[in-house]
Amino acid sequence: MTSGDFDDLYREIILDHYRSPRNRGELESPPAHRVEGFNPLCGDEVVISLLVEDDRLADLKIGGSGCSISQSSASLMSSAVKGKSLDEVRELIHTFKGMMSIHEALLGKDGEADEPQAIDFDRLGELAALQGVVKFPVRIKCATLSWIALAQGLDEVAAGVS
Amino acid sequence: MTVAAPLDVEALRKDFPLLTRRVHDRPIVYLDSASSALQPQVVINAMANYYETTHANVHRGVYATAEESTHLYENARLVVGRFIGAPDPAHEIVFSKNTTESINLVAHTWARANLKAGDRVLLTEMEHHANLVPWLMLADEIGLEVRHIPVDGEGRLDLDDLSNLVAGAKLVGLSAMSNVLGTINPVAEIAAVAHSAGAVVLVDGAQLVPHVPIDVQALGADFLAFSGHKMMGPTGIGVLWARRELLTAMPPFLGGGGMILDVKLDSFRPAAPPARFEAGTPPIAEAVGLSTAVDYLRGIGMDRIRAHERELTAYALGRLDDKLGGDCRIFGPPAGDDRGGVISLAYRDIHAHDLAQVLDQFGVCVRPGHHCAKPLMRKLGVQATARASLSLFSDERDIEVLIEGLVEAGRLFG
Repeated sequence: MTSGDFDDLYREIILDHYRSPRNRGELESPPAHRVEGFNPLCGDEVVISLLVEDDRLADLKIGGSGCSISQSSASLMSSAVKGKSLDEVRELIHTFKGMMSIHEALLGKDGEADEPQAIDFDRLGELAALQGVVKFPVRIKCATLSWIALAQGLDEVAAGVS
Repeated sequence: MTVAAPLDVEALRKDFPLLTRRVHDRPIVYLDSASSALQPQVVINAMANYYETTHANVHRGVYATAEESTHLYENARLVVGRFIGAPDPAHEIVFSKNTTESINLVAHTWARANLKAGDRVLLTEMEHHANLVPWLMLADEIGLEVRHIPVDGEGRLDLDDLSNLVAGAKLVGLSAMSNVLGTINPVAEIAAVAHSAGAVVLVDGAQLVPHVPIDVQALGADFLAFSGHKMMGPTGIGVLWARRELLTAMPPFLGGGGMILDVKLDSFRPAAPPARFEAGTPPIAEAVGLSTAVDYLRGIGMDRIRAHERELTAYALGRLDDKLGGDCRIFGPPAGDDRGGVISLAYRDIHAHDLAQVLDQFGVCVRPGHHCAKPLMRKLGVQATARASLSLFSDERDIEVLIEGLVEAGRLFG
């Protein structure tokens, strides 16, 4: 019954991370920093505890609840960024957001078709499984929820917000 | 009691061009009328015909098409007013953008003129954000006390403490039918208590008016707000009905052309209602579409529409229970006199977004999410539900496809 696009959306790795989310829970705060993300349209929420030490994301835990796309994206993200340097994490956030805005990138500045933005899928690893989401624009916000929260959390840590 | 003749759904479905559409290579199964209804061809034709033959601004020109346009617009007021039993439709029907704007109009005008710091506004826990946020905004501004009639375990209003809650309230605002639970509230009973306590009653009729025969006087409402697009009219037009003496005493809403008697550089005098509340060029084609939609609904008969949807609601609740049992949690009261065709459900622990995505593959249109009723969702202990809502063209096959899709979602996420 399912179309190819639909199967791309719900790939096995996404369902696996949804059923068995990695890095679930909460870190003691402080020393960890806590940041929340909400999708006001559907009520999904994510709570990220992140522990930054020596310019590395030493640990993070994911809480909250939501649909399979938002929760698996958060789980995949946690696996991908844990232990990485902050520069690497920011680079990954940038690359992931680029993948999620691929349609906008294709449209170019004046609405004309443009060369696709180069996405380094190798760098994304398992996260590339989420690229099927871009064919379902309503769900992009689900996939990016945890990433936007993580970026906000890193900004807050850098700015010394507790 | 006369029994309404059943609808010929097969024939009625042919009135809706969108129902011929296929989605993902399957016939569309439209179960989202509570969000926005589909339009019959006559409504689409009436609006196209208006633009093709008549369009001109209203209340301005003296040429033939301007006269005709004005007549069509003012006639829409009468058609809509009679539909809800308004005693004086020409003076009591205000056209707005939608239900939300109608309620905001009351909060901006009547409420600002009549409420002061410490005054109580009584709402319910099942309100749509459209009947919560305007009052919270006003409360922030002038310091109102906002209280709520609670919702019980079956999804009905708990009226045990009503007389205490109403005491001292200046306004009671409630939905006539919940957009999440399908509960049809005992508005007349609550309005009687509210009136005896001296409160004015505002009814959100967005869900009830399109599906159940109503009479504003029997309802006991002082204000009734509803939307055109949920009753098979176009988007962009809503209605506020209010008792004439209330409207007459209310200050204007938006300022601009059309709502004045006279303007000087340093002052203005507002027009009489309803013009006082309709600044700027109104939604003329939309009024034409809405009055055509009302004629369409009246032609079928609201009692027959209600009987059909009531019966189909009972069928749907029964079938969902038979086929899915305890895996499917349905919110709201059981089928009956106080239950409309809005069916919010949770299936296993699958998120509503995922359910809706799988259902889309079956051509089934349902609404996932919090339905702009976050306080109610918290009370129900869920983040989101998937909501299937019925229409006069819905039938048992639609319910079977819905169930087929839910079973597939269970397989995929199980």
